[in-house]
Amino acid sequence: MNRWLLWLPLVLFGIFFVAVATGLIMPKDNIIESKMVGKPMPAFELPAAIEQQPGLSSADLTKGKPTLLNIFASWCVPCIAEAPQLLALQRAGVEINAIASRDTPEDIANFLNRWGNPYTRIGTDTTSKVQLELGSSGVPETFVIDGDGIIVHQHIGDIRQEDIAKLIELLEDAG
Amino acid sequence: MIAETGLIALWLAAALALLQFGLGAIGLRAQREDYYAAIRPVAVAQGLFVSLSFLLLIWLFLRSDMSVKLVVMNSASVKPLLYKFAGTWGNHEGSMLLWVTVMGLAGAFIALFERSLKTRTLVATLAAQAFISLGFYAFLLVSSNPFERMFPVPADGQGLNPLLQDPGLAFHPPTLYFGYVGLSVAFSFAVGAMITRDVGADFAKAMRPWVLGAWIFLTLGITAGSYWAYYELGWGGWWFWDPVENASLMPWLAATALLHSVTVLATRDSLRAWTLMLAVVAFSMSMIGTFLVRSGILTSVHAFAVDPERGSFILALLAIYIGGAMALFALRVGTVKEGKRFELVSREGALVANNLLLSVILALVFIGTLYPLLVEAVTGDKLSVGPPYFNLATGPLALMLVAVMAAGPLLRWRRDNPKALLNRISIPILIAAAALFALALFTTGMSFLALLGLSLAAGVAVASFAPLWKRNLRRTPLHTYGMVIAHFGIAVALVGMACESSFTEERLVAAQPGDEIVVNQWKLEFEAIEPMAGPNWTALEARMTAQYGDGAVHEITPQNRMFAAAQTQTSEAALLTRWNGQLYVVLGDGDSEGRWQIRVWWKPFVPLIWYGGILVAFGGFLAMVGRLRRGYKQRKQREYAEATL
Repeated sequence: MNRWLLWLPLVLFGIFFVAVATGLIMPKDNIIESKMVGKPMPAFELPAAIEQQPGLSSADLTKGKPTLLNIFASWCVPCIAEAPQLLALQRAGVEINAIASRDTPEDIANFLNRWGNPYTRIGTDTTSKVQLELGSSGVPETFVIDGDGIIVHQHIGDIRQEDIAKLIELLEDAG
Repeated sequence: MIAETGLIALWLAAALALLQFGLGAIGLRAQREDYYAAIRPVAVAQGLFVSLSFLLLIWLFLRSDMSVKLVVMNSASVKPLLYKFAGTWGNHEGSMLLWVTVMGLAGAFIALFERSLKTRTLVATLAAQAFISLGFYAFLLVSSNPFERMFPVPADGQGLNPLLQDPGLAFHPPTLYFGYVGLSVAFSFAVGAMITRDVGADFAKAMRPWVLGAWIFLTLGITAGSYWAYYELGWGGWWFWDPVENASLMPWLAATALLHSVTVLATRDSLRAWTLMLAVVAFSMSMIGTFLVRSGILTSVHAFAVDPERGSFILALLAIYIGGAMALFALRVGTVKEGKRFELVSREGALVANNLLLSVILALVFIGTLYPLLVEAVTGDKLSVGPPYFNLATGPLALMLVAVMAAGPLLRWRRDNPKALLNRISIPILIAAAALFALALFTTGMSFLALLGLSLAAGVAVASFAPLWKRNLRRTPLHTYGMVIAHFGIAVALVGMACESSFTEERLVAAQPGDEIVVNQWKLEFEAIEPMAGPNWTALEARMTAQYGDGAVHEITPQNRMFAAAQTQTSEAALLTRWNGQLYVVLGDGDSEGRWQIRVWWKPFVPLIWYGGILVAFGGFLAMVGRLRRGYKQRKQREYAEATL
C-alpha cells in the first residue's frame, strides 16, 4: 500500500474539523428565511377582511414608508400572544398591515374586538395563496417591508417583547 | 455533604485516571514490569470512585435535594420516582457523568477479567482508556460540575422537560451511551494494539465482545428512537434522515462493519489494518454524533439544550482523540505485519464486500448530514438535504448489502467454488424470483426499489436459515444461531420498510363531528371534540371509533397537545395495531367552520420494522453469550492442560 494513503483518514478528518470549527465560530441564526427576503413583494390584491377597514394590495406597500406586514388568523393561539406587542409597535408609530389567513369576517372582527386592532389595512387570504407566494408557511409571521415594497426581513412565530427593538431598528434602517 | 462527597469522589477518580495513564505511558516506555502490575488495581479503583460519584448524584435526585443546582434545574419534588431517577441523566452534566462512569466501569472490567491479551497490549489499552476518560473528567470538573450547590435554596425545582417524561425516552440516552462507550473500549483496544504493534487473532477475540455489546445497545437505541419519532412526532414516518437520527445511525453502520471485520481477524487473522481503522472510525462517529447533537450546529426537528461552549469542548476532545489515533494509524500501520491472504470468492471476500458497502453507505450519510453545514460555511445559504438524496443514495447499496448478507454465511473461509455457492443458494434465489414475479403481477404502484426490497427480503428470510441446513442443531454453536436470527431480523425489518413505503394508504380530510372516514378496510366515526387537561398541558381530543371490516369497534382518541411551560404543541397520534398493520390517526388544526383536519394512515406490516430491529439485537445478544461462553471454556481447558502438565 502507498504510505501516503495512510494519512488520508487524518486529512479527511482535518477537513471535517476545519468546516465544523468555522461553523461553530460563525454567528448562528436558526430561522430558515423565506427565499423572498431581499426581493420585491409579489403582486397581489386582497379584498377587505372586515367591513370597517380597507383591503390590502401590493401597491399599498410601495408608498415610500417602511411598514410591517403581519400574517395572522383568528384561530391561531400565538397570534393572541403577540397582539400586545403589535399594539405597542403601532403606538410607536409603525404602520402595520395584515393578511388574515383562512378566516371569516365575523371571526376576524371578534378577534380584533377582543385583542385589539393595530392594523391599517387588512386583506383576507381565504386560500393562503398570497401567504404561500410570500414564502410564509405558518401564522403568525411578520415581514419588514421597505418603502419600495422590498422584503427586508421575515420574522417567524409570535413577536415577543424582546423582538420589538430589533423590528423598530430594521424599520429605521429600511427608511 | 452528599454533593461534596460526590465531587471528592469525582476528583479522586480523575486523579486515578491520570495515574492510570501515567503508569501505562511511562511503564511501556521504560518497560517496567512493576508498573504493568500496578495498572490493574488503579483501573479498578478508578471505576469504583466514579461509580460512587454517580450513585451519589442519583441519590441527590431521588431525595430531591434542592440545594444542588442540577437537581433544581431538572427535577421537582412532586415528580414520579422513575423520572427523578431518569432525571439524573436527562441533562448535560448528568449524562456526561454517566458516560465517564460507564467508561470507568468498562476499564475496571477489562482490568479484572481480560486474560487473553499480551500484558503490554493490555497496559496500552488501559492507558488509552484512561486518556479518553481524562478528557471527560476535565469537561465535568472544569465547565459542568454536576454537584454545584445553589444559594439561596429554592423551595422546589423547575421540573424536567415535559417531552422527556416518557418511559421510553428515559432509557433511550443511556442505551445509546452504553453503545458509544463500548465503541470507546474498541477504540482503546485498537490504540493499544497500534502502540505495541500486536494486532492479531487474540487482540480481535479480546475486542469482539465489546464491539458486539456496543452494537447490541446501538441497535436497540436506534430501533427505540425510530419508534419514538414515529408515534411522537405525528408525521407518520419512521425515519426522517434528521441530523440527530443520522448521528445515531453512523456509529451503528461503522460498528456493524467492525463487527464483521473483527470476526475475520479473529478467525482468519486477515484485515488487520482495516479493522484497526474501523475501530477508530466507529468511535469517531460516536463522538461526532455527540458533538453534532450537543453543539446545535445542525438544525434538527429534535430539540436539545444547546450550548456552543460545550460544543467547542467536545470538538477539542474530538481533535485530540481522533486526530491522534489517525496519526498513530498512519505512522504505525505500515509496520504492522500483513495478515493472511484470501481469494475473492470466500467468506472473507463476502465480509470485505459487506465492509465496503457499509463504509460507502456511512460516507454517503456522513456527507449528506454535513453538506448543509459545508454549504453554509462557504456560501452562507441554508439548505437541507432531505430524504430524496438519502433514499436514492443509500437504498440500492443497502439492497446489495442484504444480497451479500444472504450469500456470505454460506461461503467457506479462504477459498470457495462459485458453482457450489450457487448450488447452496439456489432455493432462496428461486423464492426471491417467485416473489418478484408475483409482486410485479399482482400489485400496482410499487416503486422499483420497494419491489426489489420485498422480493429480496423473501429470499433472504429463507437464506438466513440456510447455515443451519443439514447441521446437528444441538451441536450448532450459539453464535451461529445469533447470526441466523440477526440476519433474519434484517429481512423482517426490510419487509416492514418495503410494505410501509408501498402499501400505505393516507387520507387527509377536514371533518366535522358526525363524519365518517374510510381508509382501506377501516371505517372511522368522528364523534366529538373535547378539551382535556393534563398535569402540565391542555389538549383537544377527538373521540372516534374505528372498525376493521366487520371486526370489533375500538375507541381511539388522537390529541393535539399544548404544553404551557414550553409553548410547544405536540400531536398525540392514536395507534391501533393489528397483525397485518397499524392504523395511525392524527388530529390537526381546526378551521373557523368547525371542521378539523384529520390525517389517517393505514400502514400494512409497519411494526415489522421494529420487530426486525429487536430480532437483530437479540441475535447479537445470543452471539455475545455464545462467544463469551466459548472463550471461558477454552481458557479453562487451557488452564487445566497447563496444570496437568
